Amino acid sequence: MKESSPLNLYKFLPKTNCGECGEKTCMAFAAGLIARERMIEECTPLFDPKKQKKYAKKLTQIKEVLAPEVALIYVGTGDRQLKVGGEDVMYRHQMTYINKPPFAYDVTDAMDEADLVERVKLIHGWRKFYIGNWEEVEMVAVRSVTGDPDKFAKCVKKVMENTDKPLILCSFDPKVLKAGLELAAEKRPLIYAANKDNWKEVAQLAYDYKVPVTLSSPFDLDGLKSLALTFREMGLKDLVLDPGTAPNGEKLQESLHNFIKLRRAAVEEGQRDFNYPVMSIPLSAWFTTDDPVRGAYWESALAATFVIRGAGIMIRHSMEPHSVMPDMHLRFNIYTDPRSPVQVKPGLYKVGKPDETSPVYLTTNFALTYYTVESDLGSNEIDSYLLAVDTEGIGVQASVAGGQITPSKIKDSFAEAGVDFEKTSHRSFILPGMCARFSGELEELYGYKVKVLVGPEDSGRIPGWMKTQWPPKWEE
Amino acid sequence: MGEKKIKLSDLNKQLADMNVKSLEGIKIEGDIELEIETGAGGVGPLFAYYFGEEVAKVAVQLVNMAKAFGYPIDSLLQPVAVAEAIAPPEIKEAAPAFKIPDTLAKAKFEVGTDKTWKHQIQEVVLGATKADGGSRGNTVTIGGEKALPFFYDAPMPHRPVVTMDVFDMPIGMAKAVKMHYEDVMNDPAEWAKKCVNEFGADLVTIHLISTDPLVKDTSPQDAAKVVEDVLQAVDVPICIGGSGNPEKDPLVLGKGSEAAQGERALIASANLNMDWEAIGRSCVDNGNVCLSWTQLEINAQKELNRKLMKVAGVPRGDIVMDPTTAALAYGLDFAYSNMERIRLGGLKGDEELTFPMSSGTTNAWGVREAWMVRSPNKHDSDWGDRMLRGPVWEIITGFSLAMAGVDIFMMMHPFAVAYLQEITQSLMGLVKAETPDTANWITMEA
Ligand code: SF4
Repeated sequence: MKESSPLNLYKFLPKTNCGECGEKTCMAFAAGLIARERMIEECTPLFDPKKQKKYAKKLTQIKEVLAPEVALIYVGTGDRQLKVGGEDVMYRHQMTYINKPPFAYDVTDAMDEADLVERVKLIHGWRKFYIGNWEEVEMVAVRSVTGDPDKFAKCVKKVMENTDKPLILCSFDPKVLKAGLELAAEKRPLIYAANKDNWKEVAQLAYDYKVPVTLSSPFDLDGLKSLALTFREMGLKDLVLDPGTAPNGEKLQESLHNFIKLRRAAVEEGQRDFNYPVMSIPLSAWFTTDDPVRGAYWESALAATFVIRGAGIMIRHSMEPHSVMPDMHLRFNIYTDPRSPVQVKPGLYKVGKPDETSPVYLTTNFALTYYTVESDLGSNEIDSYLLAVDTEGIGVQASVAGGQITPSKIKDSFAEAGVDFEKTSHRSFILPGMCARFSGELEELYGYKVKVLVGPEDSGRIPGWMKTQWPPKWEE
Repeated sequence: MGEKKIKLSDLNKQLADMNVKSLEGIKIEGDIELEIETGAGGVGPLFAYYFGEEVAKVAVQLVNMAKAFGYPIDSLLQPVAVAEAIAPPEIKEAAPAFKIPDTLAKAKFEVGTDKTWKHQIQEVVLGATKADGGSRGNTVTIGGEKALPFFYDAPMPHRPVVTMDVFDMPIGMAKAVKMHYEDVMNDPAEWAKKCVNEFGADLVTIHLISTDPLVKDTSPQDAAKVVEDVLQAVDVPICIGGSGNPEKDPLVLGKGSEAAQGERALIASANLNMDWEAIGRSCVDNGNVCLSWTQLEINAQKELNRKLMKVAGVPRGDIVMDPTTAALAYGLDFAYSNMERIRLGGLKGDEELTFPMSSGTTNAWGVREAWMVRSPNKHDSDWGDRMLRGPVWEIITGFSLAMAGVDIFMMMHPFAVAYLQEITQSLMGLVKAETPDTANWITMEA
């Protein structure tokens, strides 16, 4: 959707302010649609069969306006359903990127059963905790190395016994794909791929089994568009584009250019007949080396390239922690919604193993600030308490300026967290340097029974600060 | 809901009994059993009207199947007169027949460039050779872009460069980094040499951290001496960094700048929270380049750049920006978008933003994922070997910001430096390599 004014969506809504969507007014709902926080389906009157005559036209029109600039494709079913594409902007600060590209890690039908099962379990079970969420792998890509439909079917079956994550079935041989689809079709896998040689057979499979299909045309965007238009004409619109991911040389530059071109055509130029999500295959890094470290590093570099410049889905190989971890975090960072700062839950946290003699620090609940302070304390082995004051996720400097943090709010936050300074040996806490001007007022609020120390402006300087300022000296 | 088994022959008979002549044309060999879920949705009201609810469901299956076999069934089922009479609430459009064409559609893909990018980023020369009043063996030029990095709109005139960190005293570092510097930790001049000769540094940065009153409180004069040593030891352009202490840095960097007079050294850095004017002026007076450092805030960056130019008198060609590097998993999203916005602003002609950018990529080592032995969270999957994890943290942090527009990277780990140079130069098309035929990646043995 290019529209940015709620007024222009409002005109397609019923304008009755009936409240069924949970908003008080249609205008508020329109604003929610613009912010991508609401879905049109939530305006139930528009979909009421009895009012079809009245609203059919509006519904068609608004759906057209709301359609994402990069087409949205569904892969998988039920809880495991994944959204691929559906993006609206070229650069993330323009609003946000929406659907992080699923990572599909590969297995092959040439693996022996024990290795296969082990790898599927590794892929299925991989997880890492990050800012309150579990990062996980979304998909498994099954490659036909043998070219044998029976072996492929056997492999797909084994994979499905060990994971319910959606699959990408990979072969250029329609017979092999069909063997996989026979088993997996109802879970709506993505098939890879139709190309200029096999497109008729693969189109038939995509139609028969009702599955999304990848179109492959390496380093030839005319050819890719030709495939896409042909499939579209046949009524096959659940498409993913593979323009080729070269792992090195000048072709790597060309690969990136192609990704940028496709994104720009879809988002900035509105080429609605050729706006499908794009697949990247960083696995290709392994064509350039046998060295396992080099392979993993290079795969990560390629993955970063295409995560940043618009890949909608990726086929990956290295499950080494030094490849999966950075790539998962990069994807998370790039797909974080820049409109709402990431927050931690306000309250009192322990760093290390604090006791009644340990210092008490405070900061805001802006996740980045909080984790920075926490890490500066933790990595320097400073056992301490850390209070995250609710500043609606705004950082220290900005919330001092904006009034989200005030002396009385700090006092209330300590009280809510159950902190009793009388029970500490030092009867004090440490303000962020940026809040220095609150210290006098705070001591007054506590009736001078609590000492308010002013810490450094950068929590990285806490260890040095502690050397000279801790513990506090109470004059007798 | 229930399940019914029905044979096609029965179905045909049933339909015939109901006088549905139009379906008689369908002949399917063999007696196929269909399993039909009754009570499921998906039956158009028209069918229901024609056939009665239950039979309609069977018919839908049959029709779909017939279509799959290539029978032109849709045209036979078009309702004519009855439709109006019943005015169903929602008419599902009959899907057009699936037909595979003989040949692929002809297509030409075209896409334009970004027409709003009308301005060029300022070119900044770091280092000065004898001919230009310095003593460096070479100079390094950064900036000059007319498009976002690696875009096809315009080639990048200069490759991203790396300045490797040297400290004026031993400091704590992650194990993976430390192993490369243990032998030179007490000697900044040797340290600098190692970076240039062994690790391929384009520049070195001498960080005068011992000057911090909370560290060693070394005098600005002593710090200047270290700068001289480093200038003697290597002949690449250099950067001079302070301790980050806002009171002392103007003094330290002032002396450092004097020691590097005429060398076009990058002085790191001026900040709004300190006497930026003094630092800016010392750059002007000594022929050095000023690093304008702000904290993830585009408007503050504009303000500082403006002040450095208008108040301190720093020429446009002598300013580099450091909009702050928040590392991977530690706010990289803020750093990335802040830089991308700054660069886009510059390209669109915001005169306060058209400067090259620097990244303190070494910050990556502050992230626990880069250096911790194992995860503090026992439910995490294995974090693997930190000696391998750390460098990639620095690579991805730096490289992501290269994509956002960074021109010069302050880095530490030799592998990270090498990979950053390789990937950025590859994306510029500078690395000639035979690209393997990846079309058959599916059958790759790995
Ligand atoms: S449900 Fe629809 S009609 Fe009712 S208030 Fe919401 S937007 Fe308006």
